[in-house]
Amino acid sequence: MKSIQNIGLLLFIAALLIFIGMLGLGGNKLTQDLLPGKTEAHKTAISDAASQTGILDQEMGSIDFISKLKSTIAIAQSNQLTATIPEGVGEWDVKIGYWEVDGYVQSTVKSTANGPVHDNPWLFFLMTFGLAILGGLMFILPKFKENPGLKHNGIYHDPLTRGLKFNIRTGILLCTIVAVLVYGFLRLGNAFWPIVTLFIAGAITYFVFIREKSKDNNPQRSASPISTAWLGVISGFVLISFYILLYWKSEYITNWVEMVNPLSNILSGGDASQWFLYSLMYTIILLVMGVRMLSKYQHNRYEQIRTLSVMFFQTTFAFMIPQILSKLNQPSVDLKNMWPLDYSFFFDYRIDDLIKEGNIGLFMLGWGIALFLIGVPLFTYFYGKRWYCSWVCGCGGLAETMGDPFRQLSDKSMRAWKYERYIINGVLVAAVVMTIGVLYTYFTGSYKLGFINTSDLKSWYGFFIGAGFSGIVGTGFYPLMGNRVWCRFGCPLAAYLGLVQKFKSRFRITTNGGQCISCGNCSTYCEMGIDVRSYAQKGQDIVRSSCVGCGICSAVCPRGVLRLENADGDISERAGLLRTIHITEDEVKILNQ
Amino acid sequence: MLTLQVRDFKLTYFLLMDHVVIIGNGISGVTTARWVRKLSDKKITIISSESEHFFSRTALMYIYMGHMRYEDTKPYEDWFWKKNRIDLVNDHVNAIDYGNKKLTLKGGTEMSYDRLVLALGSKSNMFGWPGQDLKGVSGLYNLQDLENMEAYSNGLKRAVICGGGLIGIEMAEMFHSRNIPVTMLVREESYWNNVLPPEESAMISDHIVKNHIDLRLGVNLAEIKDDGTGRAKSVIVKETGEEIECGYVGLTAGVSPNVGWLKESGIEIGRGIKVNENLKTNMTDVYAIGDCAELLNPNEGRRGVEAIWYTGRMMGETAAYNICDKPVSYDPGLWFNSAKFIDIEYQVYGNVPAQMPENMATLFWKHSDNEKSIRINYDMNSNDVLGFNLFGIRYRHEVCEKWILEKTNVETVLQNLGLANFDPEFYKEYEQDIIDIYNKQTGNNLKLKTRRGLSKVLSFLSK
Ligand SMILES: Cc1cc2nc3c(=O)[nH]c(=O)nc-3n(C[C@H](O)[C@H](O)[C@H](O)COP(=O)(O)OP(=O)(O)OC[C@H]3O[C@@H](n4cnc5c(N)ncnc54)[C@H](O)[C@@H]3O)c2cc1C
Ligand code: SF4
Ligand code: SF4
Repeated sequence: MKSIQNIGLLLFIAALLIFIGMLGLGGNKLTQDLLPGKTEAHKTAISDAASQTGILDQEMGSIDFISKLKSTIAIAQSNQLTATIPEGVGEWDVKIGYWEVDGYVQSTVKSTANGPVHDNPWLFFLMTFGLAILGGLMFILPKFKENPGLKHNGIYHDPLTRGLKFNIRTGILLCTIVAVLVYGFLRLGNAFWPIVTLFIAGAITYFVFIREKSKDNNPQRSASPISTAWLGVISGFVLISFYILLYWKSEYITNWVEMVNPLSNILSGGDASQWFLYSLMYTIILLVMGVRMLSKYQHNRYEQIRTLSVMFFQTTFAFMIPQILSKLNQPSVDLKNMWPLDYSFFFDYRIDDLIKEGNIGLFMLGWGIALFLIGVPLFTYFYGKRWYCSWVCGCGGLAETMGDPFRQLSDKSMRAWKYERYIINGVLVAAVVMTIGVLYTYFTGSYKLGFINTSDLKSWYGFFIGAGFSGIVGTGFYPLMGNRVWCRFGCPLAAYLGLVQKFKSRFRITTNGGQCISCGNCSTYCEMGIDVRSYAQKGQDIVRSSCVGCGICSAVCPRGVLRLENADGDISERAGLLRTIHITEDEVKILNQ
Repeated sequence: MLTLQVRDFKLTYFLLMDHVVIIGNGISGVTTARWVRKLSDKKITIISSESEHFFSRTALMYIYMGHMRYEDTKPYEDWFWKKNRIDLVNDHVNAIDYGNKKLTLKGGTEMSYDRLVLALGSKSNMFGWPGQDLKGVSGLYNLQDLENMEAYSNGLKRAVICGGGLIGIEMAEMFHSRNIPVTMLVREESYWNNVLPPEESAMISDHIVKNHIDLRLGVNLAEIKDDGTGRAKSVIVKETGEEIECGYVGLTAGVSPNVGWLKESGIEIGRGIKVNENLKTNMTDVYAIGDCAELLNPNEGRRGVEAIWYTGRMMGETAAYNICDKPVSYDPGLWFNSAKFIDIEYQVYGNVPAQMPENMATLFWKHSDNEKSIRINYDMNSNDVLGFNLFGIRYRHEVCEKWILEKTNVETVLQNLGLANFDPEFYKEYEQDIIDIYNKQTGNNLKLKTRRGLSKVLSFLSK
């Protein structure tokens, strides 16, 4: 059994290495007929510049090619600075806009690619995806043979899952955030919103440290006292790099996209984009790691059914249905994703796309609105936010499957909780403001809403929250800060669901009388960083806006103290009551009085 | 001027304030401190030599097994103490002068108190086995024991654990979690059968064996052999004379109150420090709580020393009331406890003795997987329900308690048994199975009326 698992692990590592290594394979060759340009004027300008840089008809490695192509387009743009615009022709039909550059680079890199991956996409698909799935399953399936029961032995001895020392972790986090801010400033050429963001971050820190007095309360329950999670750091680094390439440098991962082209053609009838690649990887990882969850929680039907549910929603709603819709020439929409998590739901091009499609489009628009307007309050009232966060949502699904080995790394300190409340509600406000701006522009055509430029705000939100926060930090920091970094600190939908859960829901976690032994398993394994024990040892029900109802606290409790429940009975009373022992204050009979 | 006056006032107030000193920062001592703080403004000091901060002793095993770090076992963050004005002193108390109300600490410093709380805990029993002081031998009670186990675990070929009971099985599970082979020497003929009824005891014995732990029943430790360097190398089994090679010996034959050092001090001591129903000792303003206390008049059916977490917590709260001059008698209420045997959780409510008394009837159901069972005891004559024993299934404390305290008829209990079920959602409910057994035994035809669910429980509890 052990040897099968080890072979599986080796296969998986081999697949990962091939996956990374293949990016360096093959090259590109630009010919006259492959020149980018939406108008003849653009093509001519690039063609002229190409003869200056000598990129034409040269076979070169991708990295050289990309830099040369970029400089070619830059030269084309600067050549055009003085160009005269003929009567009756739009300025940007002649000049190449700065926003068009990335698209030109990406499409050209794709169309000019050649080499082994281009020639044998299926082979590479099998050597990466195929091998990784095989290896993963060989590692996981034998676990079904083990005795059912908790499987947490050695988590804090493992260099992958033991976490980092608090200050080292904080250092890595700060560097990442600053790097994202600086890059955002460079990429969007806009200083206003990065400065606003910095200002808000400063204000939040001020509130948390000074106003809420947690400056001196150094968290000791946040991270490992020994900073030896070197495998965790490597994994985090790999994840972060992946997201950077995916979001902002997708021209460098053409080989990956090429590899899944044939599959995309079968499924949706079109060529693959980096988003198809991402969606495919996401689904496969979620499924394989979902099987791992099933093996780990053989003894727990709540966990099994919940895991099957996220596996189902990811495979159908998030992955297959959009492909099929686009094959049928319908708008390809993930029908379970909703605003404000799906922050571009109200963007002009998406609304236009839907309206253009007639009835089915209108239905989808209405569905999307009803989901957050009616669905959220209704289901959350009955079942708590878990109905979405740990049963349906794709981000939640990844966190619960791929992220499960890291759940113990969430920061349980009071200070982290204070940060959480400001940040997540702040993102909700930002999402609402941004969306109002976008809709305002949609209906009035004006980009000015007070002092806000709606278009800049929209780009900044997409860059900073949509990509930086949810991807780079949200997933890249799984191995350093736990698997729900995004869900806990960043997701505007979670904030909204949480408000409903906190103020109007039947969901709570009840504690079983006086049975708690304050051991701390529940707090340790709560991915949302809720200090469950602090409630359980006092006999209080747990009603917290952030609880995603994953049920793990209940599963790991060695004394059977916790249960997730829905009931109308007076929550606020039970959640407030101290039921420490049997002599609660009310019941104490004071003699002599 | 004004501020100065206010400060002066505070200072005098501070000097006049009662000083409550608590020795021991376990669950009992800490609960007292928390409640004294809730009820009053007294100055509070906790002295303990084991660790700077309160940690959960019950979670020791999880540190070794890598489920948690030491930090995670601390129920309160480190800033909690300062914020609640509870002073922590990490030192050992060497002597107590009850007359002058003074303590002497290890370093020689003295500290005076107005009220003293002894929450000294227990220590592992050592029955004078030859070799019990060798290296690589320990009980499992404090952080030092854990360090010891850790220090000798690397490359360990086998560990032998002497003594069944709850700590023995935990220690076995600890070594087992690191794939270190374990032999358990247990005096009884079946695991923990002095507490568990025979069926449950057999089930747990099976579970231990299923986890590849070498369980030896009906045997005792004769001696531990030295390897020549002062470290344990093997144990000799008394009954068979067999020698078992091992690099570590765990001695888990129970615990007893940690009161040896007070024997000559004048405070009344039996097994533990004797206390009355207000948890007062025979010395003025001195209280004793938790594992180290022995009740002069325990409730009917209860023991004088009950070394468990929950009683320590209840005593801690009771003592705080008494210290704050609100006299309250200690009443632990209905007996309850819980534990976990490797993968099987265990909960007990009320009266479930190992040997069934004459007038007690029992209903016992066991799942075919041999890992879940329910036992309900009731009075043969009155049919009042008396106790519940659950393995691999969770029942609600408050519901079971209410049924037992209100002397509910077992048939009413059975028909509403779903109220007690505390298993997670989607778990199979076995209540009808146990009713079927009752029906078979009595020729009745009862049906389950209430299934699992909080709403019904809330209305039942508020009735
Ligand atoms: C491994 C293990 C598992 C357990 N599991 C369970 C369980 O599942 N359920 C359950 O109900 N119970 C369990 N128990 C029992 C439970 O932990 C104890 O009953 C409880 O911790 C006792 O608390 P206490 O506050 O009375 O004493 P302790 O927690 O022992 O605290 C006493 C403290 O006082 C200190 N001290 C003593 N003398 C001095 C001195 N002279 N100067 C300074 N400091 C001093 C000691 O060092 C110690 O830190 C378990 C015990 C162990 C060891
Ligand atoms: S409190 Fe429990 S159910 Fe809620 S998120 Fe934390 S572990 Fe999951
Ligand atoms: S895991 Fe259970 S026993 Fe341990 S602290 Fe949490 S609720 Fe209490």
